[in-house]
Amino acid sequence: MIEFRGVTKRFPDGTVAVDALDLTVDAGKITVFVGPSGCGKTTSLRMINRMIDPSDGVISVDGRDIMSVDAADLRRGIGYVIQQAGLFPHRTILDNIATVPMLLGWDKAKARKRSAELMEIVGLVPEMAKRYPAQLSGGQQQRVGVARALAADPPVLLMDEPFSAVDPVVRESLQEELLRLQSELGKTIVFVTHDIDEAVKLGDKVAVFRTGGILAQYDDPGHLLARPADDFVDGFVGRDRGYRGLGFLSSAELPLGELPTVTVGDPAPTGDDAAWTLVLDADRQPQGWLQGSGDGPRVTAEHLVPGGSLYDVSSGSLRSALDAALSSPSGKGVAIDADGAFAGSISADDVLTALARVRSAEAAA
Amino acid sequence: MTWVLGNLELIGDLTLEHLVFALPPVVIGLLLAIPLGWLANRTRTGRTIVINLAGLLYTVPSLALFVILPAVLGTGILDSINVIIALTVYTLALLVRTVADALSAVPGTVIDSATAMGYRPVRRFLAVELPLSIPVVLAGVRVAAVSSISLVTVGSVIGFGGLGKMFTDGFQRDIPQEIIAGIVLVLVIALVVDGLLLLLGRALTPWTKARAGAR
Repeated sequence: MIEFRGVTKRFPDGTVAVDALDLTVDAGKITVFVGPSGCGKTTSLRMINRMIDPSDGVISVDGRDIMSVDAADLRRGIGYVIQQAGLFPHRTILDNIATVPMLLGWDKAKARKRSAELMEIVGLVPEMAKRYPAQLSGGQQQRVGVARALAADPPVLLMDEPFSAVDPVVRESLQEELLRLQSELGKTIVFVTHDIDEAVKLGDKVAVFRTGGILAQYDDPGHLLARPADDFVDGFVGRDRGYRGLGFLSSAELPLGELPTVTVGDPAPTGDDAAWTLVLDADRQPQGWLQGSGDGPRVTAEHLVPGGSLYDVSSGSLRSALDAALSSPSGKGVAIDADGAFAGSISADDVLTALARVRSAEAAA
Repeated sequence: MTWVLGNLELIGDLTLEHLVFALPPVVIGLLLAIPLGWLANRTRTGRTIVINLAGLLYTVPSLALFVILPAVLGTGILDSINVIIALTVYTLALLVRTVADALSAVPGTVIDSATAMGYRPVRRFLAVELPLSIPVVLAGVRVAAVSSISLVTVGSVIGFGGLGKMFTDGFQRDIPQEIIAGIVLVLVIALVVDGLLLLLGRALTPWTKARAGAR
């Protein structure tokens, strides 16, 4: 657990980067600091490992005032990932990852073994061990950066806009990877970004900062989207927040409906030429849609109308349910179970009814 | 050619002497330039002072320095330590700036991340900043080495040894072959030393080759 109590940072030129910050970062969770540039989010992060010392106030990690610990020792116990990875260009990938273990005095063989383990954990092939950072792509370098931060297994991880320099596709996969890692490791992660979408995607809790280093709202992402504290947060959270907010509402009570289905190889359906039939394979996994009876006596997997997004009932949100309904050519969303097999159908109306129910339940609570 | 073949032993001795005069100053100068360059790189004022002093030193004519040094140091006029010190001063003057520039060219993000990993300043300097400054520093060392090798010859004008003796002796006794052989040998030594330094640099910086082949 990391606590900020009345923390202020004033720079020599008089700028106040962080103004009387009170905030508790929960242990084992991802907390995202987000805000426009000049809002003090990075300064706040860098005060945790004493890259910047506060002018006023107390920061404690697990109950211990960080100013009472030697700065270098403190830093060796806190993982740190920065923008563009900040790897050492003159060291191989393996040695980059082994940096903190070597500083802690592990023997070389043990540090290298740990490095190799971490390469696997973050999804880097062993052949990269002997390469230098310049020989890797931006996304791969960022993975090395994460591995290096995790090498000595620190309980706390600080990440300063780690994914901002990679292209959107790579960024998305790195985000997924981070969430997967976190579900296994349960670190206390403080993550700085200027991208609100990244913040609500990754954060268990999100702290929105405004210019001048003032904490505007500190909340879980669902609440942040549903109830911004003020106009600044509302403006910063941005458009589509109503729709994005659905992503944080459970779809557990969403009723599933029926759908006409047919399995590949079965005789083609007869009757109404405008009717939609969902085509499944032998494992009951959706393959696409058929309108009318198709172009042959039997249903094949070819020439089907592609389906929309699928809604997974085991892990879905109202957002994925609504998207499944809206993106389906037939207007009926396709729900699947954890194995990917067809589970039922959903309509947009059902999602909105469920939303109304959640809202009235919240209002009553 | 006949003069050369008849004086191989003398040439060998002079070559060796030349190297003993020329190379230790490069090593000593480099070792002194590293802490000074580090100091220069710390603050803006430090940089201005150190760089200007070094520039000033380099403008002192070499012949004058050879003559002044014995008076300043209290050494004998033909003591070979004078040559070593004079050339060390030149190497130092040349390399302080190079070292300061090389250190300031190390990317800020790399130094920052080293600090955040838990490096203390001295270890960070030795393990991160210094290795990363090798390519630029080595380019400076190559210039300093070649310049030192050529400057040793100036010392022979006032009587020091080294291959420069072949110029003065050849001139006084009118043996053109000796002069030409001296020039060629100085050039060859300079080229060989330069080449060896180049190879040394490649061996010390395997990552720069990796970068060139990256994309």
